[in-house]
Amino acid sequence: MHPAPSIIFFTVFSGLGFGMLAFLGLGKPDVSGFTAFVFFAIAYLLAVGGLISSTFHLGNPQRAIKAFSQWRSSWLSREGCLAVATLVVMGLYAIGVVFFNTRIVPLGLLGAILSVATVFATSMIYTQMKTVPRWHHWTVPLLFMGYALTGGAFLTGQIQLATAGFATIGLMQVIYWVLGDNRFQQSGSTLETATGLGHIGKARMFEAPHSSKNYLMKEMVHVIGRKHARTLRIGGLVLASILPWAILMFLGFSHIMALLALIIHVTGALMTRWLFFAEAEHTVGLYYGQR
Amino acid sequence: MTTLPTQTEKKLGLVIDLDTCVGCHACVVSCKGWNTENYGAPLSDQNAYGKDPVGTFLNRVHSYEVQPAQGAAQTIHFPKSCLHCEDAPCVTVCPTGASYKRVEDGIVLVNESDCIGCGLCAWACPYGAREMDAAEGVMKKCTLCVDRIYNENLPEEDRQPACVRTCPAGARHFGDLADETSDVSKLVAERGGFDLMPEQGTKPVNKYLPPRPKDEQIDILAPLLDPVAAEPQGFLGWLDKTLERIG
Repeated sequence: MHPAPSIIFFTVFSGLGFGMLAFLGLGKPDVSGFTAFVFFAIAYLLAVGGLISSTFHLGNPQRAIKAFSQWRSSWLSREGCLAVATLVVMGLYAIGVVFFNTRIVPLGLLGAILSVATVFATSMIYTQMKTVPRWHHWTVPLLFMGYALTGGAFLTGQIQLATAGFATIGLMQVIYWVLGDNRFQQSGSTLETATGLGHIGKARMFEAPHSSKNYLMKEMVHVIGRKHARTLRIGGLVLASILPWAILMFLGFSHIMALLALIIHVTGALMTRWLFFAEAEHTVGLYYGQR
Repeated sequence: MTTLPTQTEKKLGLVIDLDTCVGCHACVVSCKGWNTENYGAPLSDQNAYGKDPVGTFLNRVHSYEVQPAQGAAQTIHFPKSCLHCEDAPCVTVCPTGASYKRVEDGIVLVNESDCIGCGLCAWACPYGAREMDAAEGVMKKCTLCVDRIYNENLPEEDRQPACVRTCPAGARHFGDLADETSDVSKLVAERGGFDLMPEQGTKPVNKYLPPRPKDEQIDILAPLLDPVAAEPQGFLGWLDKTLERIG
Protein backbone atom coordinates (compact mmCIF):
# COMPACT_ATOMS: atom_id res chain seq x y z
CA MET A 1 0.00 0.00 0.00
CA HIS A 2 1.13 3.53 -0.76
CA PRO A 3 2.59 5.10 2.40
CA ALA A 4 0.90 8.52 2.10
CA PRO A 5 2.70 11.00 4.41
CA SER A 6 -0.63 12.61 5.41
CA ILE A 7 -1.95 9.27 6.70
CA ILE A 8 1.30 8.37 8.47
CA PHE A 9 1.33 11.75 10.27
CA PHE A 10 -2.36 11.44 11.03
CA THR A 11 -2.17 8.00 12.62
CA VAL A 12 1.01 8.73 14.61
CA PHE A 13 0.18 12.22 15.90
CA SER A 14 -3.56 11.87 16.46
CA GLY A 15 -2.71 8.58 18.22
CA LEU A 16 -0.36 10.44 20.56
CA GLY A 17 -2.96 13.18 21.12
CA PHE A 18 -5.79 10.79 21.95
CA GLY A 19 -3.41 8.73 24.09
CA MET A 20 -2.62 11.89 26.08
CA LEU A 21 -6.33 12.73 26.39
CA ALA A 22 -7.00 9.23 27.76
CA PHE A 23 -4.58 9.85 30.65
CA LEU A 24 -5.70 13.44 31.21
CA GLY A 25 -9.28 12.16 31.45
CA LEU A 26 -8.19 9.80 34.22
CA GLY A 27 -6.70 12.72 36.10
CA LYS A 28 -3.10 11.80 35.37
CA PRO A 29 -1.26 14.02 36.03
CA ASP A 30 -3.50 15.65 38.63
CA VAL A 31 -2.90 19.25 37.60
CA SER A 32 -5.06 22.35 37.26
CA GLY A 33 -4.88 25.92 36.04
CA PHE A 34 -2.17 26.92 33.59
CA THR A 35 -0.21 23.65 33.87
CA ALA A 36 -3.37 21.73 32.95
CA PHE A 37 -3.97 24.18 30.11
CA VAL A 38 -0.53 23.39 28.64
CA PHE A 39 -1.18 19.63 28.84
CA PHE A 40 -4.58 19.91 27.17
CA ALA A 41 -3.25 22.33 24.54
CA ILE A 42 -0.52 19.85 23.51
CA ALA A 43 -3.00 16.96 23.41
CA TYR A 44 -5.49 18.94 21.28
CA LEU A 45 -2.74 20.20 18.98
CA LEU A 46 -1.62 16.61 18.31
CA ALA A 47 -5.11 15.12 17.97
CA VAL A 48 -6.61 17.91 15.85
CA GLY A 49 -3.42 18.43 13.85
CA GLY A 50 -3.45 14.74 12.97
CA LEU A 51 -7.11 14.85 11.99
CA ILE A 52 -6.54 17.88 9.76
CA SER A 53 -3.56 16.17 8.15
CA SER A 54 -5.81 13.20 7.31
CA THR A 55 -8.03 15.44 5.16
CA PHE A 56 -5.06 16.32 2.92
CA HIS A 57 -5.36 13.06 0.99
CA LEU A 58 -9.05 13.55 0.22
CA GLY A 59 -10.14 14.28 -3.34
CA ASN A 60 -12.97 16.55 -2.17
CA PRO A 61 -12.26 17.67 1.44
CA GLN A 62 -14.99 20.35 1.26
CA ARG A 63 -17.56 17.56 1.64
CA ALA A 64 -15.81 15.96 4.64
CA ILE A 65 -18.79 16.73 6.89
CA LYS A 66 -20.73 13.96 5.10
CA ALA A 67 -18.30 11.42 6.54
CA PHE A 68 -20.09 11.59 9.90
CA SER A 69 -23.26 10.03 8.49
CA GLN A 70 -22.44 6.32 8.04
CA TRP A 71 -21.38 5.29 11.54
CA ARG A 72 -23.69 2.28 11.38
CA SER A 73 -21.58 0.52 8.76
CA SER A 74 -18.27 2.35 8.21
CA TRP A 75 -15.26 2.34 10.54
CA LEU A 76 -13.97 5.55 8.96
CA SER A 77 -17.24 7.27 9.78
CA ARG A 78 -17.20 5.82 13.32
CA GLU A 79 -13.69 7.13 13.80
CA GLY A 80 -14.78 10.62 12.75
CA CYS A 81 -17.78 10.59 15.10
CA LEU A 82 -15.75 9.21 18.03
CA ALA A 83 -12.98 11.77 17.46
CA VAL A 84 -15.43 14.68 17.57
CA ALA A 85 -17.24 13.21 20.60
CA THR A 86 -13.89 12.81 22.40
CA LEU A 87 -12.82 16.36 21.63
CA VAL A 88 -16.16 17.79 22.82
CA VAL A 89 -16.32 15.72 26.05
CA MET A 90 -12.68 16.33 26.90
CA GLY A 91 -13.10 20.03 26.06
CA LEU A 92 -15.87 20.36 28.64
CA TYR A 93 -13.79 18.37 31.12
CA ALA A 94 -10.77 20.59 30.42
CA ILE A 95 -12.79 23.77 31.11
CA GLY A 96 -13.55 22.42 34.57
CA VAL A 97 -9.94 21.46 35.28
CA VAL A 98 -8.29 24.56 33.81
CA PHE A 99 -10.64 27.36 34.89
CA PHE A 100 -12.55 26.06 37.90
CA ASN A 101 -10.05 23.64 39.43
CA THR A 102 -12.82 21.04 39.42
CA ARG A 103 -12.40 17.55 38.08
CA ILE A 104 -15.71 16.11 36.90
CA VAL A 105 -14.66 12.46 37.31
CA PRO A 106 -17.41 10.73 35.24
CA LEU A 107 -16.89 13.17 32.37
CA GLY A 108 -13.13 12.55 32.40
CA LEU A 109 -13.70 8.80 32.53
CA LEU A 110 -16.09 9.00 29.55
CA GLY A 111 -13.51 11.12 27.68
CA ALA A 112 -10.78 8.57 28.41
CA ILE A 113 -12.93 5.71 27.11
CA LEU A 114 -13.84 7.71 23.99
CA SER A 115 -10.15 8.52 23.38
CA VAL A 116 -9.18 4.85 23.37
CA ALA A 117 -12.27 4.01 21.28
CA THR A 118 -11.18 6.60 18.69
CA VAL A 119 -7.75 4.99 18.32
CA PHE A 120 -9.45 1.57 18.14
CA ALA A 121 -11.72 2.83 15.34
CA THR A 122 -8.68 4.18 13.45
CA SER A 123 -7.02 0.78 13.68
CA MET A 124 -10.21 -0.96 12.52
CA ILE A 125 -10.15 1.02 9.25
CA TYR A 126 -7.09 -1.07 8.39
CA THR A 127 -7.96 -4.26 10.25
CA GLN A 128 -11.27 -4.64 8.38
CA MET A 129 -9.45 -4.86 5.01
CA LYS A 130 -9.68 -8.50 3.97
CA THR A 131 -7.92 -7.44 0.78
CA VAL A 132 -4.74 -6.68 2.78
CA PRO A 133 -4.10 -9.92 4.69
CA ARG A 134 -1.22 -8.41 6.70
CA TRP A 135 -3.65 -5.89 8.22
CA HIS A 136 -6.62 -8.24 8.62
CA HIS A 137 -5.42 -9.43 12.03
CA TRP A 138 -6.01 -8.82 15.76
CA THR A 139 -2.46 -7.55 16.24
CA VAL A 140 -3.27 -4.30 14.40
CA PRO A 141 -5.70 -2.76 16.95
CA LEU A 142 -3.33 -3.78 19.77
CA LEU A 143 -0.40 -2.19 17.98
CA PHE A 144 -2.25 1.10 17.34
CA MET A 145 -3.60 1.33 20.87
CA GLY A 146 -0.19 0.31 22.25
CA TYR A 147 1.56 3.16 20.45
CA ALA A 148 -1.14 5.69 21.42
CA LEU A 149 -1.23 4.76 25.11
CA THR A 150 2.56 4.49 25.46
CA GLY A 151 3.06 7.90 23.84
CA GLY A 152 0.18 9.31 25.87
CA ALA A 153 1.58 7.94 29.14
CA PHE A 154 4.99 9.38 28.36
CA LEU A 155 3.66 12.83 27.39
CA THR A 156 1.59 13.01 30.58
CA GLY A 157 4.60 12.07 32.69
CA GLN A 158 3.50 8.55 33.64
CA ILE A 159 7.09 7.35 33.51
CA GLN A 160 6.66 3.85 34.92
CA LEU A 161 3.77 3.10 32.60
CA ALA A 162 5.62 4.60 29.66
CA THR A 163 8.73 2.49 30.39
CA ALA A 164 6.62 -0.66 30.38
CA GLY A 165 4.80 0.65 27.29
CA PHE A 166 8.00 1.16 25.27
CA ALA A 167 9.01 -2.44 25.98
CA THR A 168 5.51 -3.72 25.13
CA ILE A 169 5.21 -1.96 21.77
CA GLY A 170 8.60 -3.36 20.76
CA LEU A 171 7.39 -6.86 21.54
CA MET A 172 4.07 -6.29 19.77
CA GLN A 173 5.83 -4.86 16.74
CA VAL A 174 7.95 -8.01 16.45
CA ILE A 175 4.87 -10.25 16.84
CA TYR A 176 3.05 -8.21 14.16
CA TRP A 177 5.97 -8.63 11.77
CA VAL A 178 6.55 -12.34 12.41
CA LEU A 179 2.87 -13.26 12.06
CA GLY A 180 2.30 -10.73 9.27
CA ASP A 181 5.00 -12.08 6.98
CA ASN A 182 2.97 -15.25 6.30
CA ARG A 183 -0.46 -13.68 6.21
CA PHE A 184 -0.70 -13.23 2.45
CA GLN A 185 0.21 -16.86 1.78
CA GLN A 186 -2.22 -18.04 4.44
CA SER A 187 -5.05 -16.02 2.85
CA GLY A 188 -4.94 -18.46 -0.06
CA SER A 189 -5.21 -15.78 -2.75
CA THR A 190 -2.97 -16.39 -5.75
CA LEU A 191 -2.95 -15.32 -9.39
CA GLU A 192 -4.66 -18.66 -10.04
CA THR A 193 -7.63 -17.88 -7.74
CA ALA A 194 -7.67 -14.25 -8.94
CA THR A 195 -8.08 -15.33 -12.56
CA GLY A 196 -9.87 -18.62 -11.91
CA LEU A 197 -7.44 -20.29 -14.31
CA GLY A 198 -5.77 -22.56 -11.77
CA HIS A 199 -7.57 -25.61 -13.16
CA ILE A 200 -5.47 -25.29 -16.34
CA GLY A 201 -2.11 -24.71 -14.73
CA LYS A 202 0.27 -22.12 -13.40
CA ALA A 203 -0.53 -18.56 -14.46
CA ARG A 204 1.79 -15.63 -15.00
CA MET A 205 1.25 -12.15 -16.35
CA PHE A 206 1.94 -12.13 -20.06
CA GLU A 207 1.06 -8.54 -20.83
CA ALA A 208 -0.14 -5.67 -18.62
CA PRO A 209 -3.38 -3.94 -19.60
CA HIS A 210 -1.56 -0.65 -20.22
CA SER A 211 1.95 0.57 -20.84
CA SER A 212 2.23 2.95 -17.87
CA LYS A 213 1.20 2.86 -14.23
CA ASN A 214 -2.32 3.56 -13.02
CA TYR A 215 -4.11 4.62 -9.85
CA LEU A 216 -4.41 1.04 -8.62
CA MET A 217 -0.70 0.34 -8.95
CA LYS A 218 0.34 3.63 -7.33
CA GLU A 219 -2.10 3.24 -4.46
CA MET A 220 -2.01 -0.49 -3.79
CA VAL A 221 1.01 -2.06 -5.44
CA HIS A 222 3.77 -0.15 -3.66
CA VAL A 223 6.87 -2.32 -3.98
CA ILE A 224 9.68 0.25 -4.23
CA GLY A 225 10.24 0.90 -0.54
CA ARG A 226 10.35 -2.75 0.48
CA LYS A 227 13.95 -3.09 -0.66
CA HIS A 228 15.19 -1.59 2.62
CA ALA A 229 12.42 -3.04 4.78
CA ARG A 230 14.80 -5.11 6.92
CA THR A 231 17.05 -2.18 7.79
CA LEU A 232 14.05 0.06 8.45
CA ARG A 233 12.47 -2.58 10.69
CA ILE A 234 15.57 -2.74 12.87
CA GLY A 235 15.90 1.05 12.88
CA GLY A 236 12.22 1.56 13.68
CA LEU A 237 12.30 -0.99 16.48
CA VAL A 238 15.43 0.54 18.07
CA LEU A 239 14.11 4.11 17.85
CA ALA A 240 10.43 3.54 18.70
CA SER A 241 10.95 1.07 21.51
CA ILE A 242 14.43 0.00 22.63
CA LEU A 243 16.21 3.37 22.93
CA PRO A 244 13.39 5.27 24.70
CA TRP A 245 12.97 2.28 27.04
CA ALA A 246 16.72 2.24 27.78
CA ILE A 247 16.81 5.99 28.41
CA LEU A 248 13.93 5.82 30.90
CA MET A 249 15.22 2.61 32.47
CA PHE A 250 18.88 3.45 32.95
CA LEU A 251 19.34 7.22 32.71
CA GLY A 252 16.45 8.21 34.97
CA PHE A 253 14.04 11.05 34.36
CA SER A 254 15.06 14.57 33.43
CA HIS A 255 13.29 16.98 31.11
CA ILE A 256 16.15 17.09 28.60
CA MET A 257 16.39 13.29 28.48
CA ALA A 258 12.61 13.07 28.20
CA LEU A 259 12.59 15.42 25.21
CA LEU A 260 15.35 13.37 23.61
CA ALA A 261 13.45 10.13 24.25
CA LEU A 262 10.28 11.69 22.82
CA ILE A 263 11.98 12.80 19.59
CA ILE A 264 13.61 9.36 19.20
CA HIS A 265 10.32 7.55 19.88
CA VAL A 266 8.30 9.66 17.42
CA THR A 267 10.95 9.20 14.70
CA GLY A 268 10.80 5.44 15.26
CA ALA A 269 7.00 5.45 15.30
CA LEU A 270 6.95 7.29 11.95
CA MET A 271 9.35 4.67 10.55
CA THR A 272 7.31 1.67 11.73
CA ARG A 273 4.09 3.33 10.55
CA TRP A 274 5.68 3.94 7.13
CA LEU A 275 6.52 0.23 7.04
CA PHE A 276 2.97 -0.61 8.12
CA PHE A 277 1.78 0.78 4.79
CA ALA A 278 4.76 0.08 2.53
CA GLU A 279 4.97 -3.60 3.51
CA ALA A 280 1.22 -4.27 3.25
CA GLU A 281 0.37 -6.28 0.14
CA HIS A 282 -3.04 -5.88 -1.52
CA THR A 283 -4.65 -8.71 -3.50
CA VAL A 284 -4.98 -6.48 -6.59
CA GLY A 285 -1.20 -6.75 -6.97
CA LEU A 286 -1.75 -10.36 -8.07
CA TYR A 287 -3.40 -9.17 -11.28
CA TYR A 288 -0.24 -7.19 -12.05
CA GLY A 289 2.15 -10.02 -11.29
CA GLN A 290 3.35 -8.20 -8.18
CA ARG A 291 2.48 -8.06 -4.54
CA MET B 1 -27.14 4.12 3.93
CA THR B 2 -24.04 2.21 2.97
CA THR B 3 -25.33 -1.01 4.45
CA LEU B 4 -25.96 -3.65 1.81
CA PRO B 5 -29.45 -4.77 0.81
CA THR B 6 -30.14 -8.30 2.08
CA GLN B 7 -31.51 -9.21 -1.32
CA THR B 8 -31.86 -7.52 -4.69
CA GLU B 9 -34.79 -8.05 -7.06
CA LYS B 10 -32.48 -8.64 -10.01
CA LYS B 11 -28.78 -9.37 -10.26
CA LEU B 12 -27.73 -7.58 -13.40
CA GLY B 13 -24.21 -8.43 -14.44
CA LEU B 14 -21.79 -9.56 -17.09
CA VAL B 15 -20.67 -12.98 -18.22
CA ILE B 16 -17.22 -12.86 -19.79
CA ASP B 17 -16.08 -15.68 -22.03
CA LEU B 18 -12.33 -16.22 -21.67
CA ASP B 19 -12.48 -18.72 -24.53
CA THR B 20 -13.71 -16.16 -27.02
CA CYS B 21 -11.97 -12.97 -25.91
CA VAL B 22 -9.29 -12.03 -28.44
CA GLY B 23 -7.78 -9.25 -26.33
CA CYS B 24 -8.55 -6.43 -28.78
CA HIS B 25 -9.34 -3.88 -26.02
CA ALA B 26 -12.39 -2.60 -27.94
CA CYS B 27 -14.44 -2.89 -24.71
CA VAL B 28 -11.86 -0.74 -22.90
CA VAL B 29 -12.13 1.99 -25.52
CA SER B 30 -15.92 1.96 -25.82
CA CYS B 31 -16.25 2.01 -22.01
CA LYS B 32 -13.92 4.98 -21.73
CA GLY B 33 -15.77 6.74 -24.53
CA TRP B 34 -19.30 6.23 -23.22
CA ASN B 35 -18.45 6.99 -19.63
CA THR B 36 -16.51 10.12 -20.53
CA GLU B 37 -19.28 11.57 -22.67
CA ASN B 38 -22.26 10.61 -20.51
CA TYR B 39 -23.20 10.06 -16.84
CA GLY B 40 -20.94 11.47 -14.12
CA ALA B 41 -17.49 13.00 -14.06
CA PRO B 42 -15.54 12.26 -17.26
CA LEU B 43 -12.77 9.65 -17.14
CA SER B 44 -9.80 11.98 -17.30
CA ASP B 45 -6.27 11.42 -18.55
CA GLN B 46 -3.20 13.11 -17.17
CA ASN B 47 -0.20 13.85 -19.32
CA ALA B 48 -1.88 11.91 -22.12
CA TYR B 49 0.77 12.78 -24.74
CA GLY B 50 3.70 13.10 -22.33
CA LYS B 51 6.27 10.74 -20.87
CA ASP B 52 4.14 9.03 -18.21
CA PRO B 53 0.53 9.06 -19.35
CA VAL B 54 -2.03 7.91 -16.79
CA GLY B 55 -5.79 7.86 -16.88
CA THR B 56 -8.97 6.52 -15.35
CA PHE B 57 -10.45 3.36 -16.82
CA LEU B 58 -13.39 1.29 -15.61
CA ASN B 59 -12.45 -1.75 -17.61
CA ARG B 60 -8.99 -3.08 -18.39
CA VAL B 61 -7.83 -6.15 -20.30
CA HIS B 62 -4.96 -8.15 -18.81
CA SER B 63 -3.26 -11.01 -20.64
CA TYR B 64 -2.00 -14.10 -18.87
CA GLU B 65 0.00 -17.12 -19.86
CA VAL B 66 -1.14 -20.35 -18.24
CA GLN B 67 1.23 -23.31 -18.27
CA PRO B 68 -0.41 -26.72 -17.82
CA ALA B 69 1.55 -29.56 -16.22
CA GLN B 70 1.98 -31.06 -19.69
CA GLY B 71 1.73 -29.56 -23.12
CA ALA B 72 1.94 -26.06 -24.51
CA ALA B 73 1.13 -22.88 -22.57
CA GLN B 74 -2.07 -20.98 -23.32
CA THR B 75 -2.45 -17.22 -23.66
CA ILE B 76 -5.68 -15.97 -22.12
CA HIS B 77 -6.98 -12.42 -22.43
CA PHE B 78 -8.71 -11.33 -19.29
CA PRO B 79 -11.04 -8.30 -19.22
CA LYS B 80 -11.72 -7.02 -15.70
CA SER B 81 -14.26 -4.51 -14.46
CA CYS B 82 -16.54 -4.20 -11.40
CA LEU B 83 -18.15 -7.56 -10.56
CA HIS B 84 -21.13 -5.92 -8.77
CA CYS B 85 -20.62 -8.25 -5.79
CA GLU B 86 -23.57 -9.34 -3.68
CA ASP B 87 -21.45 -8.86 -0.57
CA ALA B 88 -19.62 -5.78 -1.81
CA PRO B 89 -16.97 -4.72 0.74
CA CYS B 90 -16.50 -1.40 -1.11
CA VAL B 91 -20.01 -0.29 -0.14
CA THR B 92 -19.90 -0.83 3.62
CA VAL B 93 -16.57 0.97 4.15
CA CYS B 94 -17.85 4.22 2.59
CA PRO B 95 -18.04 6.92 5.29
CA THR B 96 -20.39 9.27 3.43
CA GLY B 97 -23.00 6.96 1.95
CA ALA B 98 -21.82 7.79 -1.58
CA SER B 99 -21.33 4.10 -2.42
CA TYR B 100 -24.45 2.01 -2.61
CA LYS B 101 -25.91 -1.17 -4.09
CA ARG B 102 -29.27 -0.78 -5.75
CA VAL B 103 -32.10 -2.93 -4.41
CA GLU B 104 -33.91 -3.12 -7.75
CA ASP B 105 -31.09 -4.51 -9.90
CA GLY B 106 -28.02 -5.00 -7.70
CA ILE B 107 -25.85 -2.46 -9.56
CA VAL B 108 -23.12 -0.95 -7.33
CA LEU B 109 -22.90 2.80 -7.91
CA VAL B 110 -21.19 5.91 -6.53
CA ASN B 111 -23.13 9.10 -5.90
CA GLU B 112 -20.37 11.47 -6.98
CA SER B 113 -21.81 14.52 -5.24
CA ASP B 114 -21.40 12.70 -1.88
CA CYS B 115 -17.96 11.20 -2.55
CA ILE B 116 -15.10 12.85 -0.63
CA GLY B 117 -12.44 10.87 -2.51
CA CYS B 118 -10.96 9.10 0.52
CA GLY B 119 -10.15 6.04 -1.58
CA LEU B 120 -11.13 3.52 1.10
CA CYS B 121 -13.56 1.70 -1.22
CA ALA B 122 -10.75 1.11 -3.71
CA TRP B 123 -8.71 -0.44 -0.89
CA ALA B 124 -11.64 -2.67 0.08
CA CYS B 125 -12.09 -4.07 -3.45
CA PRO B 126 -9.96 -7.19 -3.97
CA TYR B 127 -10.24 -6.88 -7.76
CA GLY B 128 -9.07 -3.33 -8.40
CA ALA B 129 -12.40 -2.34 -9.90
CA ARG B 130 -12.47 1.21 -8.56
CA GLU B 131 -10.22 4.03 -9.68
CA MET B 132 -10.05 7.55 -8.29
CA ASP B 133 -10.26 10.18 -10.99
CA ALA B 134 -7.26 12.46 -10.58
CA ALA B 135 -9.00 15.48 -12.10
CA GLU B 136 -12.31 15.30 -10.20
CA GLY B 137 -11.14 13.65 -6.97
CA VAL B 138 -14.10 11.26 -6.94
CA MET B 139 -14.20 7.48 -7.18
CA LYS B 140 -15.14 6.06 -10.58
CA LYS B 141 -16.38 2.55 -11.27
CA CYS B 142 -18.36 0.51 -13.77
CA THR B 143 -22.02 1.56 -13.69
CA LEU B 144 -23.04 -1.36 -15.91
CA CYS B 145 -23.94 1.55 -18.23
CA VAL B 146 -26.98 2.33 -16.12
CA ASP B 147 -27.58 5.26 -18.47
CA ARG B 148 -27.83 2.91 -21.48
CA ILE B 149 -29.62 -0.20 -20.27
CA TYR B 150 -32.82 1.64 -19.24
CA ASN B 151 -32.50 4.43 -21.81
CA GLU B 152 -35.60 4.48 -23.98
CA ASN B 153 -34.07 7.12 -26.25
CA LEU B 154 -31.70 4.47 -27.55
CA PRO B 155 -32.71 1.77 -30.05
CA GLU B 156 -33.44 -1.48 -28.21
CA GLU B 157 -30.31 -3.26 -29.42
CA ASP B 158 -28.19 -0.51 -27.85
CA ARG B 159 -29.73 -0.91 -24.39
CA GLN B 160 -26.83 -2.91 -23.05
CA PRO B 161 -23.48 -1.91 -21.59
CA ALA B 162 -21.14 -0.26 -24.10
CA CYS B 163 -18.51 -3.00 -23.63
CA VAL B 164 -21.02 -5.75 -24.48
CA ARG B 165 -22.45 -3.86 -27.44
CA THR B 166 -19.02 -3.25 -28.93
CA CYS B 167 -17.32 -6.64 -28.40
CA PRO B 168 -16.54 -7.92 -31.92
CA ALA B 169 -15.93 -11.47 -30.66
CA GLY B 170 -19.16 -11.87 -28.69
CA ALA B 171 -17.13 -12.57 -25.56
CA ARG B 172 -19.26 -10.38 -23.30
CA HIS B 173 -22.85 -11.06 -22.28
CA PHE B 174 -25.22 -8.96 -20.20
CA GLY B 175 -28.32 -10.08 -18.31
CA ASP B 176 -30.05 -10.96 -15.05
CA LEU B 177 -28.09 -13.62 -13.17
CA ALA B 178 -30.84 -13.99 -10.55
CA ASP B 179 -33.18 -15.35 -13.24
CA GLU B 180 -32.29 -18.99 -13.83
CA THR B 181 -34.01 -18.98 -17.22
CA SER B 182 -32.05 -16.01 -18.57
CA ASP B 183 -29.53 -16.54 -21.37
CA VAL B 184 -26.64 -15.51 -19.14
CA SER B 185 -27.65 -17.93 -16.37
CA LYS B 186 -27.93 -20.78 -18.90
CA LEU B 187 -24.54 -19.88 -20.29
CA VAL B 188 -23.00 -19.97 -16.82
CA ALA B 189 -24.63 -23.35 -16.07
CA GLU B 190 -23.60 -24.91 -19.38
CA ARG B 191 -20.05 -23.68 -19.48
CA GLY B 192 -19.21 -23.87 -15.77
CA GLY B 193 -18.94 -20.14 -15.09
CA PHE B 194 -16.84 -19.26 -12.05
CA ASP B 195 -16.19 -16.47 -9.52
CA LEU B 196 -12.92 -14.57 -9.18
CA MET B 197 -11.20 -14.95 -5.78
CA PRO B 198 -14.10 -16.80 -4.13
CA GLU B 199 -11.98 -16.97 -0.93
CA GLN B 200 -12.58 -13.23 -0.44
CA GLY B 201 -16.27 -13.98 0.20
CA THR B 202 -17.54 -11.13 -1.96
CA LYS B 203 -20.01 -13.26 -3.97
CA PRO B 204 -19.46 -11.56 -7.32
CA VAL B 205 -22.44 -11.34 -9.68
CA ASN B 206 -20.26 -11.23 -12.81
CA LYS B 207 -19.10 -14.66 -13.93
CA TYR B 208 -16.21 -15.81 -16.10
CA LEU B 209 -16.43 -18.73 -18.53
CA PRO B 210 -13.30 -20.91 -18.67
CA PRO B 211 -11.35 -21.40 -21.90
CA ARG B 212 -12.46 -24.59 -23.65
CA PRO B 213 -9.91 -27.43 -23.64
CA LYS B 214 -7.51 -27.25 -26.56
CA ASP B 215 -7.94 -29.92 -29.24
CA GLU B 216 -5.38 -32.66 -28.68
CA GLN B 217 -5.53 -33.70 -32.33
CA ILE B 218 -5.38 -30.76 -34.67
CA ASP B 219 -7.08 -32.45 -37.63
CA ILE B 220 -8.61 -35.87 -38.27
CA LEU B 221 -6.57 -36.02 -41.49
CA ALA B 222 -3.34 -35.24 -39.65
CA PRO B 223 -2.30 -38.91 -39.20
CA LEU B 224 -2.52 -39.36 -42.97
CA LEU B 225 -0.03 -36.55 -43.39
CA ASP B 226 2.78 -38.43 -41.62
CA PRO B 227 6.13 -38.05 -43.40
CA VAL B 228 6.23 -40.61 -46.19
CA ALA B 229 9.92 -41.39 -45.94
CA ALA B 230 10.97 -41.55 -42.31
CA GLU B 231 14.37 -43.05 -43.25
CA PRO B 232 16.27 -41.13 -45.90
CA GLN B 233 16.96 -43.09 -49.09
CA GLY B 234 19.47 -42.81 -51.96
CA PHE B 235 22.11 -40.09 -51.78
CA LEU B 236 20.68 -38.58 -48.58
CA GLY B 237 20.63 -42.06 -47.04
CA TRP B 238 24.31 -42.57 -47.91
CA LEU B 239 25.18 -39.06 -46.54
CA ASP B 240 23.26 -39.77 -43.31
CA LYS B 241 25.05 -43.07 -42.72
CA THR B 242 28.46 -41.59 -43.61
CA LEU B 243 28.04 -38.63 -41.28
CA GLU B 244 26.93 -40.93 -38.48
CA ARG B 245 30.03 -43.06 -38.99
CA ILE B 246 32.32 -40.02 -38.88
CA GLY B 247 30.53 -38.33 -35.94
